[in-house]
Amino acid sequence: MARIDLDLAHAYRPNPQSDADYALLPLKMSFEDGGAYALLGPSGCGKTTMLNIISGLLQPSHGTVSYDGRDVTALSPQARNIAQVFQFPVIYDTMTVAENLAFPLKNRGVAPERIKARVGKIAEMLEMSGQLDQRAAGLTADAKQKISLGRGLVREDVSAVLFDEPLTVIDPHLKWQLRRKLKQIHHELKLTLIYVTHDQVEALTFADQIVVMSRGRAVQVGSADALFEKPQHMFVGNFIGSPGMNFLPARFKSSGVIEVAGQDLPLAFGILYQQLEAAREFTLGVRPEYVGLAEAASPGTLRAEVQQVQDIGTYWLLTARVGGQTLKLRLNAQSRPPAPGAEVWLQVLGAHTCFYGRDEQLINVKEGLAA
Amino acid sequence: MSATTKPINQKAWFLVLPVFICVAFSAILPLMTVVNYSVQDIISPERRVFVGVEWFTAVMRDEELHGALLRQLGFSAAVLAVEIPLGIALALSMPAQGWKASAVLVIVALSLLIPWNVVGTIWQIYGRADIGLLGAALQWLGVDYNYTGNATDAWVTVLVMDVWHWTPLVALLCFAGLRSIPDAYYQAARIDGASKLAVFRYIQLPKMRGVLMIAVLLRFMDSFMIYTEPFVLTGGGPGNATTFLSQYLTQKAVGQFDLGPAAAFSLIYFLIILLLCFILYNWMQALGQAEKEPQHG
Repeated sequence: MARIDLDLAHAYRPNPQSDADYALLPLKMSFEDGGAYALLGPSGCGKTTMLNIISGLLQPSHGTVSYDGRDVTALSPQARNIAQVFQFPVIYDTMTVAENLAFPLKNRGVAPERIKARVGKIAEMLEMSGQLDQRAAGLTADAKQKISLGRGLVREDVSAVLFDEPLTVIDPHLKWQLRRKLKQIHHELKLTLIYVTHDQVEALTFADQIVVMSRGRAVQVGSADALFEKPQHMFVGNFIGSPGMNFLPARFKSSGVIEVAGQDLPLAFGILYQQLEAAREFTLGVRPEYVGLAEAASPGTLRAEVQQVQDIGTYWLLTARVGGQTLKLRLNAQSRPPAPGAEVWLQVLGAHTCFYGRDEQLINVKEGLAA
Repeated sequence: MSATTKPINQKAWFLVLPVFICVAFSAILPLMTVVNYSVQDIISPERRVFVGVEWFTAVMRDEELHGALLRQLGFSAAVLAVEIPLGIALALSMPAQGWKASAVLVIVALSLLIPWNVVGTIWQIYGRADIGLLGAALQWLGVDYNYTGNATDAWVTVLVMDVWHWTPLVALLCFAGLRSIPDAYYQAARIDGASKLAVFRYIQLPKMRGVLMIAVLLRFMDSFMIYTEPFVLTGGGPGNATTFLSQYLTQKAVGQFDLGPAAAFSLIYFLIILLLCFILYNWMQALGQAEKEPQHG
């Protein structure tokens, strides 16, 4: 087990010039010992590249990787004593389940009786004790992936266990089960786990800390709560949540008034007042969960026209037009939603409303105090 | 159940007719001719006598044939024993991608383009003790190599010729098998701390099983009917050191015009190949049986 520090950049081609040449832009990041982390982002954002750099399958083109302060950049995955589980199950066809699980230990010359005990324990954890003597090749995809997971967990002294979208090939109902299993294993073994996924539900349920990545950049690191409540970047607001955050163009008009999607709204003098005044043009972000329906023509609300009402089962999803912009909001399943075409007044300013500058970064208090 | 209510229409057989005619003319009728010959004594095209299984009995007791069969089995075994491991080794050491891979592929495949008789001629000249580069060089080194006089030398020359000609086929098949292994397997092996030998034993070899089976079958059948190379080199000699089965058959059928015994022998030859292929195929299937085990329950 180890604390992992990254201070690096990676480009697959030599002599990177622009940002687009980098698979990973220069970044600094730490993974605490014993933490459960998720790297979340769309395909091609650099999350697998980062994982392979951590494990040592890939050498970063710039910078260093260190474990517990020791520079391991030049070391092989074996020397780093890392475990990694891949997207598609990798099993050794000619071996039994037990031999598959024992393989990483056997290669490291662990005593046979220790191997046997350890394999037995891992098999029990994965509920595979009854299949130990079966040939691994004949098993189903999810059983094979469980073997891959098991091979990752079988060494007690690993620095960290890395997962590269390990549940992609698994049936949805088994996904829940395996994810719970992983969480439980993390709890029992106190290993450092880093989990790559493009599925936000998977990331949010698995990890304590989530690293959201976009185009080779780690845009935000935080808990599920922080990512939901205070997305530091418009990308995070949009990527996390279903549907993602609503964004409306806004500008500071005159003292106490901002214009949002062509309509004037009063802005109470608060913490962000001065920064918004300084920014002039900005973007208002509000999650569909926090858009409220207000009384007709009540002050401080936006007039909108309902376009679509969808029944999602546990809630209603309304799509409304506000001055050429589209806005989505969630309504309680018990409430009676307005009909399409109806005029509604929406409450978009509140404690959960975020503002983003032209660089798509959250305008927050800290920044304002420093300025 | 519902099968009884299905309308019966025998006209569909006519759809099979063209294929049946083609196969009949190209395979069944010629084979039946051979069967016909094998039970008759053909004295001249107009005079023939039915002799029953007499030719078969005679052929089975033929000492020369036993010799040719043993030589043939030994030769095919040697071909497989050399070409399969060598082909695997070659494929493992070939570059995996880039222009080097293409260049190596072309070079490796070159020998496959050369016709059998040309290969025979090349080696016949190459191995000559007086003017051949190989033969003369060996003589100069003090090795008394002479394929026209020494039975072992002739046999080894034919083997080397075959290895030179056909190992690339095995290598190309193995190369294709190796390329189809996903990268994740190698990455997982690195993570698991597997040695190079373990990677070969537990990943590469099992994943190559399919192509290796094809390679073994192809090389077995091909080497079992070897004819041109020994024919060009020494005509089956010295003595009958390189008289393999097809050589012997041709001598009987074309050389001595013993059509009856030759036909009987052809049929036996055919059955031997069928039998050996059957055994080989089943053996290799059994090796990989575990992979095809029924999915749980």
